[in-house]
Amino acid sequence: MTRGNGTSALGAVSAGSALRRRLKLLIVDDSNIVRRRIERSQQFDSIEVVGSASNGVEALELFRATDPDLVTMDLTMPQMDGIECIARLVALKPAVRILVISALADKATAVDAMEKGANGFLNKPFTDRQLNEAIAELLRGR
Amino acid sequence: MLQEQELKTFVEGTTNYFEIAAQQPASVGSPYLVTEGAPAVHDYTGIIRISGRREGVVYFTAPKAMLTVLLMKMQENDFSHENMRDLVGEVANTISGNARRDFGNEFVISVPSVLAGEQSQPPRVPGARSFVIPINWRSHSAKLVVALK
Repeated sequence: MTRGNGTSALGAVSAGSALRRRLKLLIVDDSNIVRRRIERSQQFDSIEVVGSASNGVEALELFRATDPDLVTMDLTMPQMDGIECIARLVALKPAVRILVISALADKATAVDAMEKGANGFLNKPFTDRQLNEAIAELLRGR
Repeated sequence: MLQEQELKTFVEGTTNYFEIAAQQPASVGSPYLVTEGAPAVHDYTGIIRISGRREGVVYFTAPKAMLTVLLMKMQENDFSHENMRDLVGEVANTISGNARRDFGNEFVISVPSVLAGEQSQPPRVPGARSFVIPINWRSHSAKLVVALK
């Protein structure tokens, strides 16, 4: 990421660019259909999808490589589940915003995810509108 | 004996998927009981295993033609074998989520597994009868099978 130092014209331009830069989104879900759906359906010009992972282990690798600002996170996944992955991502970057997207509709699961550091919860299945509202809510919290 | 509320939870989990993901509701046909053997399966089957207060399996089995149209309705253009498997797995996942919400810790529910091929056979549950609930959507018909004891 480019950061301006605020002492020169070039620095000011860089700072402006940094402010306007698109937010990086990492999609984590073991379903290829769901990953593609999120990528296709999110309607924010301010968001750039930088990667998608099918389990928690892959998500951690991609997270380190791409440094995303936002993450959509499934919970039931092989190798490393979403709850553990959330805790690890937040430990790496406390400012990351995480939207859980899961079919697990019980309150205990949602509370567990929030306690680990998730910022929002969207139940599967979801409509495009529900997805975009949930992402908008996530952005409002930044 | 299977209770009405249990059945309702599984059925709603299934119909909910069509209504939200495809924006087109599915209808439920007349349920029937299979007392001998196991109900025939379609091309793809998503299964959850249940233990705890109840023991058995719940599965959604659908023909490829239905899944293809469902994918189209979801704006998906990859109709590969893997995506078909993925789709029935997601339906099973939704059924599982509904059951966890409604039954909490009474039911221990497995991560969904998927079978492909009409010759495949979901696990048998000795002593459990299979309730078959036809799930009709557009011109296609799938089955939700609940075999719990």
